[in-house]
Amino acid sequence: MAENLLEVRDLTITPAGADGPVLKDVSLSLAPGERVGLIGESGSGKSLTAQSVMGLLPEELRATGTVSLAGFSGNVLEAKERTLARMRSDIVSMVFQEPMSALNPLMRIGDQIAEALRIHGSTDRRAVPGRVLELLTSVHMPDPEGARYAYPHQMSGGQRQRVMLAIALANTPRLLICDEPTTALDVTVQKHMLDLIAERVAAVEAGLLFITHDLAVVAGVCDRVIVMNSGRIVETGSVHDIFTNPQHEYTRGLLASSDLEATDANGKLFTLKTALAYAGPLGEAGSPPEAGTNPDENVDADVEPTTASAGESGRVRTRAVDSPRAREPELTGQSAPLIEVTGVSKLYKARGLTLRRRSEVQALEDIGFRVSAGQRLGIVGESGSGKSTLLNILSGLDRPTTGHVRVGDVRVESASASALRSLRENLQIVFQDPFASLDPRMRVEDIVSEPLIARGMGRDERLSRVEEMLLAVDLDSAAMRRYPHQFSGGQRQRISIARALVTRPQILIADEPVSALDVSVRAQVLNLLTDLVDDYALTLLFVSHDLGVVQHLCSDIIVMKDGHIVESGTTEDIYANPREEYTQRLIAATPSLAGALASAG
Amino acid sequence: MSQNPSPASSGETNPRNVVTADGIPAAASAEGTTAPGTTAPGTAAPEAAVRPSRRTGVDQRKRTLLRLNASMVIGAVLVILIFALALVSFLWTPYDPSAVDPVARLQSSSLEHPFGTDMFGRDTLTWVMYGARITLMVGIVAVGIALLIGTPIGVIAALFAQYPWGAWIGAVIMRANDILLAFPALLLAIIFAAVYQPGTGPAMVAVGIAAIPGFARVARSGTMQVLGSEYVRAARASNRRVPAIALFHVLPNIAGMVIVQASVAFAISILAEAGLSFLGLGTQAPVPSWGRMLQESQQFLSTHPGLALWPGLFIALAVLGFNLLGDGLRDRFDPKMEARGNG
Amino acid sequence: MITYVANRALQFALSLIVASVAVFALMSLLPGNAAQVALGTNATPEAVAALEAQYGLDQPPVLRYFDWMGGMLTGDFGTSYVTGAAITPVIVGSVQVTGILVIASIVLAILIAVPLGTFAALEQRNWIGVTISALSQIGIAVPNFLAAIILVMVFSLTLGWFPSQGWMAPVEGVGGFLVRLVLPVVSLALVQAAILTRYVRSAVLDVMREDYIRTARAKGLTRTKALFVHGLRNAAIPVVTVAGVQLATLLVGAVIIEQIFVIPGIGSELVRAVANRDLVAVQGIVMVLVLLVLVINLIVDVLYPIIDPRIRTAA
Repeated sequence: MAENLLEVRDLTITPAGADGPVLKDVSLSLAPGERVGLIGESGSGKSLTAQSVMGLLPEELRATGTVSLAGFSGNVLEAKERTLARMRSDIVSMVFQEPMSALNPLMRIGDQIAEALRIHGSTDRRAVPGRVLELLTSVHMPDPEGARYAYPHQMSGGQRQRVMLAIALANTPRLLICDEPTTALDVTVQKHMLDLIAERVAAVEAGLLFITHDLAVVAGVCDRVIVMNSGRIVETGSVHDIFTNPQHEYTRGLLASSDLEATDANGKLFTLKTALAYAGPLGEAGSPPEAGTNPDENVDADVEPTTASAGESGRVRTRAVDSPRAREPELTGQSAPLIEVTGVSKLYKARGLTLRRRSEVQALEDIGFRVSAGQRLGIVGESGSGKSTLLNILSGLDRPTTGHVRVGDVRVESASASALRSLRENLQIVFQDPFASLDPRMRVEDIVSEPLIARGMGRDERLSRVEEMLLAVDLDSAAMRRYPHQFSGGQRQRISIARALVTRPQILIADEPVSALDVSVRAQVLNLLTDLVDDYALTLLFVSHDLGVVQHLCSDIIVMKDGHIVESGTTEDIYANPREEYTQRLIAATPSLAGALASAG
Repeated sequence: MSQNPSPASSGETNPRNVVTADGIPAAASAEGTTAPGTTAPGTAAPEAAVRPSRRTGVDQRKRTLLRLNASMVIGAVLVILIFALALVSFLWTPYDPSAVDPVARLQSSSLEHPFGTDMFGRDTLTWVMYGARITLMVGIVAVGIALLIGTPIGVIAALFAQYPWGAWIGAVIMRANDILLAFPALLLAIIFAAVYQPGTGPAMVAVGIAAIPGFARVARSGTMQVLGSEYVRAARASNRRVPAIALFHVLPNIAGMVIVQASVAFAISILAEAGLSFLGLGTQAPVPSWGRMLQESQQFLSTHPGLALWPGLFIALAVLGFNLLGDGLRDRFDPKMEARGNG
Repeated sequence: MITYVANRALQFALSLIVASVAVFALMSLLPGNAAQVALGTNATPEAVAALEAQYGLDQPPVLRYFDWMGGMLTGDFGTSYVTGAAITPVIVGSVQVTGILVIASIVLAILIAVPLGTFAALEQRNWIGVTISALSQIGIAVPNFLAAIILVMVFSLTLGWFPSQGWMAPVEGVGGFLVRLVLPVVSLALVQAAILTRYVRSAVLDVMREDYIRTARAKGLTRTKALFVHGLRNAAIPVVTVAGVQLATLLVGAVIIEQIFVIPGIGSELVRAVANRDLVAVQGIVMVLVLLVLVINLIVDVLYPIIDPRIRTAA
């Protein structure tokens, strides 16, 4: 290994008209055949680094430093577009994050792959169709023959990402860059994609630069990890070293907050602030029970101002104390559950005015379950499983085609408008996307007080309730006069939680509340949610595609797929002995730090 | 006026519906905003294996009080200039617009007559100032009609479309809207001139009616977007009723788009009025109007080209002003502009 | 695809029927019926009644509507109350003239706008790109009749290259036809080209930001080549939309240009009919124009699925 495959020196990127660089003195190298993970949260600059290597930086960004590649003479940053074009795909290729938009919608898949071969002319013209078929087969495309003639919109996200991989590896480049290639995919699909990337990269003996925000993903794929934070590299090391013995404070924080199986002395998830106490993904087996036996000792050490300081002294509890209490109603109250769903189906009809075909979609089929007061139920499913439809029906935003839903004493499927209103006072929702669920043109005070307006409450009383609620979610009252865009994603989700709880509902439905958040913020929001569920004695329905999150938070789980309930039971049972094949697959596919590290060796 | 595309007809799965406005620069704002192809409706093949991607920077637009840009500043200056011209004409003009001076016929620019005089010796500057009144009046009335009728139509069509029982109402409204699009402003104005007498009144109303579909479209697509958003879901879950949602969530969020549309429609109205008056089907003599001044100048083209210069210049400046203003406002308001840029 | 086209065709037919009812209602039911309008306000009630009886205007409106529609379907637009002549030959002749004018203009506009707009997008940050943008913005603000006046001043009155007015059918002499065609076509096309340039530029800019262009570059295409291979066809969808709308508005907008250059197009006939208070002729001409606008829309609708496979399968 005389020469590195990739050598980046002092890469600094400054947007035109910006005060400072968004990427500062980034240096990294990659040996031939090496597989390196580039890790960071949003805004860390990891994608910019990758684009610099490809010579694909947006024009309005100015880059200085050097990027050199084996087999390419000169600095990539200074090369002409024509020279770069010859280098791309031949020496270095890339798979992008968005499978939906990365392929030309107007061109057949086969032609898009063939194009990559033709541009570089290394394949004989007559051999191109055969090679295309070979590539499609190599990425395990179902029906590779037919796939050549398909258009991108006829394929699923996972299939499109396979096509992207086929294109990227068409000319057997020496380096493959993957920029969050599985972030937009379902977990089970993600698993396959990751295995496929590892397999193909090994088969063509290429180097791999794998960019992701997800530590657990990187552990399974890479040998070495580079951690980035706000435009700088903070740490580099082997997967094992980084995971077991992180040197930098940020790495430790990231690691701690991604680990949903580890909790601190108070039964809370670790955050960037509390990460010091984190023992690492392998060491965690010993720590929680230890802390559990002696819970109060660590309270003083708990410096976590943003998350919990406001209510900390008032609600120092441990999970050990909580859990039985949360379970209690479920055990005793089984005779009269708070929510009862029986035989619910939902059929959507596509509507058209004239000659359009009327297609039907069975979104839910024969769903039934019960939730007792105080229970924490997790509803897990991938996209298209019908979990959002179920939520809409539960909250009275949509009606089932057949079946019964009872929430409290309201029969939701046949409820009058006023009954639905009283239902909604009792049942509130926290939505997925913190950027979309708050009206950008309303002040926070108006957003949070919206559920109170419908109650006909006076303005002064409303505002005092809003202020109280904002304090409960650790925002100060100065937030009231501001607009949503002045807050970060995590803060917005707090506002969303405040709005949901301002009417003091009995039931809280959380619809993927942390899936749009960065890992470090996710832990804080989950901790807050746990605290509030305890404090307000809420019944929680937590919907998520992420088993890890649900496992941490919920006592019971329902697994959904294609509109059916596949399996249900207590969290422990489902994890310990999943009965259904799909559940097993889901659990196996969910990336976890410990699992990834173990499999990495 | 003929040169302004207005949105053409068609149905639900039609890419045209995505073209934001019917005005000239609709898709042609400074950096380009609409790409119907990319969002072509009806294309959502079942995407079973994909969940919403992690979004990092949506809606991170800085909403400062006034984020100025070049288009907006130049546009605003021109628009203010035209308004000032019209307002000053009420208080003072160099001459009486009907003052005929046979001695001073067809003069070119001079100190007494900065813009020269016409074939009757009337002062061209005075006429240009009076003409600004008609131009702005036509614009205000036409845009007023279109905005006050078109916007509610669009909002209502979108609101009905949500309900299974109301979908057909929304569809019928929009189909009627599409049929109205088959009558360009000029054609409608000519029909009105034929049925009634040619004049400023029928012209204003005709241009206004022809502009309704543009507003209805913008309002409808904006409302659909807002109604589909999670914050409206949240408002519903908070027991807000439909009128409250329309008032407190929909209107504030589509106001920007409607204002942009108004600016563009104003430019179209100015062109339409000038064209009609040029044909003799708009503002009638003796009321001063830029279009008629231009028409009257035609017979003196070879000898006194200056006569055509001034009304032509002011028509162009007024149109340019409103178009630029619309462009500048669009850059500020267009929701698509803010969603760009990711890591 | 077949369903899609059938759907559009049905919509076209429905729109046509509704539009014809609207035109008829506007013309026939509003105060001052055709006979009154034709004879003027000074006419005696007897004269009006006589004319009404002569042309069947005393019949119920529904009957008259079907009469009118039936006539049009067989190519008979009726007889003018004013001149007493058949309207159909006038319409057929003038539509051909306007058709030549309008199609030549849109073709010229596209030929100017597509390269210019693409270039402006590619050179977005250069002075060339900025200049093209600014010029097109100014071009949009110039009404076509002003453009015509300026062109006549320069190329006809000053330079004497082209006649300032008149029309000659191609069969009467190709040279004379072409020479008279230039100024009207250019005055229509320049303004349309300015509008279209902005749309093309904006569509190309949008396309350039698309992920698949990045993919194409990652495959080894240069930025420019990626645009030509992958971008332009995607950009075509909004551009086709706008060009269709422009064609439709040109059809009516040519009125003014026909007046300036004294061209016997359908616009001239319409203005003459309005001036003569010839409501039957106005009604027929308006209906033909509306029909043409709807046909253009139908053609554009059918073009979409040809360009975009997603629309092909979706609808």
